Amino acid sequence: MKVRAQFAFVFNLDKCIGCHTCSVTCKNTWTNRRGMEYVWFNNVESKPGIGYPKNWEDQKKWKGGWTMDSGKLELKSGGRASKLLNIFANPDLPQIDEYYEPFTYNYARLQNAPLSEAAPTARPLSMITGDPMEKITWGPNWEDDLAGEYAKRSEDKNMDNIQKEMYGQFENTFNLYLPRICNHCLNPACVAACPSGSIYKREEDGIVLVDQDKCRGWRFCMSSCPYKKVYYNWESGKAEKCIACYPRVESGMPTICSESCVGRIRYNGVMLYDADRIEELASVTNEQDLYEAQCKIFLDPNDPKVIAAARAEGINEDWIIAAQKSPIYKMAIEWKIAFPMHPEFRTLPMVWYVPPLSPVQSQLDQGNLPVGPDGVIPLAGTMRLPVQYLANLLTAGKEAPIVSALNRLIAMRSYLRSIHVEGQADTRPLVAAGITEDQAKEMYRYLAIANYEDRYVIPTGHEEERLADPHGFQGQNGFTFGNDSSTGISKITLFPRRRKESAEPAELAPHADNR
Amino acid sequence: MNEGLFNWNNLLFGAYPYVCLAVFFIGSWLRFDREQYTWKSDSSQLLSMGGMRWASNLFHYGVLSIFAGHFVGLLTPHAVFLAVMPDITHQYLAIIAGAIFGLTMLLGGVILLVRRFTNVRVSAASRWSDKFTLVWVMFTLVLGILTIPVSIGHAGHGDPRVVTAMAEWIQSIIYLYPSPNFLEGVDLVFKLHVLAGMTVFLIFPFTRLVHIWSMPFGYLTRSYQIVRSKKVKYQQN
Repeated sequence: MKVRAQFAFVFNLDKCIGCHTCSVTCKNTWTNRRGMEYVWFNNVESKPGIGYPKNWEDQKKWKGGWTMDSGKLELKSGGRASKLLNIFANPDLPQIDEYYEPFTYNYARLQNAPLSEAAPTARPLSMITGDPMEKITWGPNWEDDLAGEYAKRSEDKNMDNIQKEMYGQFENTFNLYLPRICNHCLNPACVAACPSGSIYKREEDGIVLVDQDKCRGWRFCMSSCPYKKVYYNWESGKAEKCIACYPRVESGMPTICSESCVGRIRYNGVMLYDADRIEELASVTNEQDLYEAQCKIFLDPNDPKVIAAARAEGINEDWIIAAQKSPIYKMAIEWKIAFPMHPEFRTLPMVWYVPPLSPVQSQLDQGNLPVGPDGVIPLAGTMRLPVQYLANLLTAGKEAPIVSALNRLIAMRSYLRSIHVEGQADTRPLVAAGITEDQAKEMYRYLAIANYEDRYVIPTGHEEERLADPHGFQGQNGFTFGNDSSTGISKITLFPRRRKESAEPAELAPHADNR
Repeated sequence: MNEGLFNWNNLLFGAYPYVCLAVFFIGSWLRFDREQYTWKSDSSQLLSMGGMRWASNLFHYGVLSIFAGHFVGLLTPHAVFLAVMPDITHQYLAIIAGAIFGLTMLLGGVILLVRRFTNVRVSAASRWSDKFTLVWVMFTLVLGILTIPVSIGHAGHGDPRVVTAMAEWIQSIIYLYPSPNFLEGVDLVFKLHVLAGMTVFLIFPFTRLVHIWSMPFGYLTRSYQIVRSKKVKYQQN
């Protein structure tokens, strides 16, 4: 047993309202730079839909993640030799149009346009070429709130094995929001696919990072990540990805996407797992067993043997305590209401999702839908969202764990309703769903109240232990000599410099004075 | 060498090679040391995939084969070569291999050149040096291909002197007894090709060409997963 700690997430889809605050705060913090305009480390997709980049879930097309190749775990895009032979042109690389061509608007025109009958318009301008764009036909969130044709949206990979036509009818449409960030996988395909060895997983917290100095821009991480969460900065020529806001997390703060979530849907915490079992558990033959297999990799942070082994690995005491109080552990393991997205990609992702309930209130009010014994709360499987869809998204198509989780979420509601409305606790739904009263109360506290200190249990990064000799390091930070952080004052340099300016309109609008 | 007097042949084929090599090695080292963030292949595949699979593969496999051909053909000591084949066979081999891989690279390179200059996105995202580098490498290639008919002419007369002279000259440079007079009787097109080729080494550290140093063969033997600790190892001085 080799105990390692992992900084992990749970997103409660039941409460996501698709406001994109997470995406915007992340964008403003990390990707508002030239070459990164098209990049969203955090994005929120409306499902069903093909997403960003287009059809990212279709691994027949993109060859992302891992596959079982004659009994052995291998990158779906091919092994090491095939990577080197294809290095000059990656056959599986998405094009920028698959994400979208980044654009801004010619805002100057609104101020500078000459006097005219009609109001002036600000035309879109490409942020790559600076040229005007005729018509915007795709963007990072084109399908927001079920926008666009159903025929196109239903190409969503999760609609496999589902009667698509039925859900195209207005009465039967369903929608859920799917916020996505890098999954900081336990078995990351991007790390494995990097020929330069520039991508790595941090031993202390499991955050996956790209070493910007070592990256040579070979691009295999982009195609090998089945979630398409490694991006190519076309300006710097380097791969960039979600860094789990490590400068914040190391100081005990939640990631910016979590912190700014107005719906309190995000949970940050620590999981202890057995690093010796990664390959074994990612190699389970049947895809539908991968969710249960991944549950087995986590270690019980209250088990004295695990604690002893964790201490032996040098894991700090406050990290062990954080693991014991982890909201992730409660939801994923104790209550079994959170699931990894697409476990069939075999990367053992560490952003887990609580599936959403989707009662049709008007139908319930008219008594058209079956309800539980309390007469109010509907049964799982009778809601708007097909269980098969959630199963395709979260458990490789296996419905039983999803139904069980939905039942638990419903039972918790029913139980609390009996207390607050009837004034008498009714534990029958809890018994049926297999949870105790204490668990139901705790679930209520974590899911409904969702206090800050319950959502975020983040031990600090122990900077004091990073250096063997902190005293010897004093006086070395802050002011530096050489070209560490300066762009210099000389306009002439032998080596290529980064261009920081954004693309300007090819032709500036004329000044109003010139009319 | 000519008794201490200036002449162009000495400058271009006696001194210039060392200028190029010095800049090539010291410049690469300096950039790797100081500016590693700029050390990359600078792929534009994200912006335009069209034709890339053919063009980029033809170009890169062509240029690697040509480099290997020049390396073996020119740097193998003459005596070793003679033990394997006579000079005229060597020359025919160079003509055939050079023609095959030269045309391979030419085909791929022309597509890349057209793409670099006419694709709006690729052109907008290119630095001046990206365009210059590609043009210069292709210029060198075209000069190289133009030597083939001349070489065929020599070979037709059973005269392998040019090829052996080139090899002798390069070896004189590499083994540090610079003898530019080896090239005195050589046709102009060979000299131009050599000058253009040496200039590739001169511009190398300042362009995207540095990615050639980083061919990732280590990947073949490395384990898939990489885990790094944040802990700084205490450096003993």
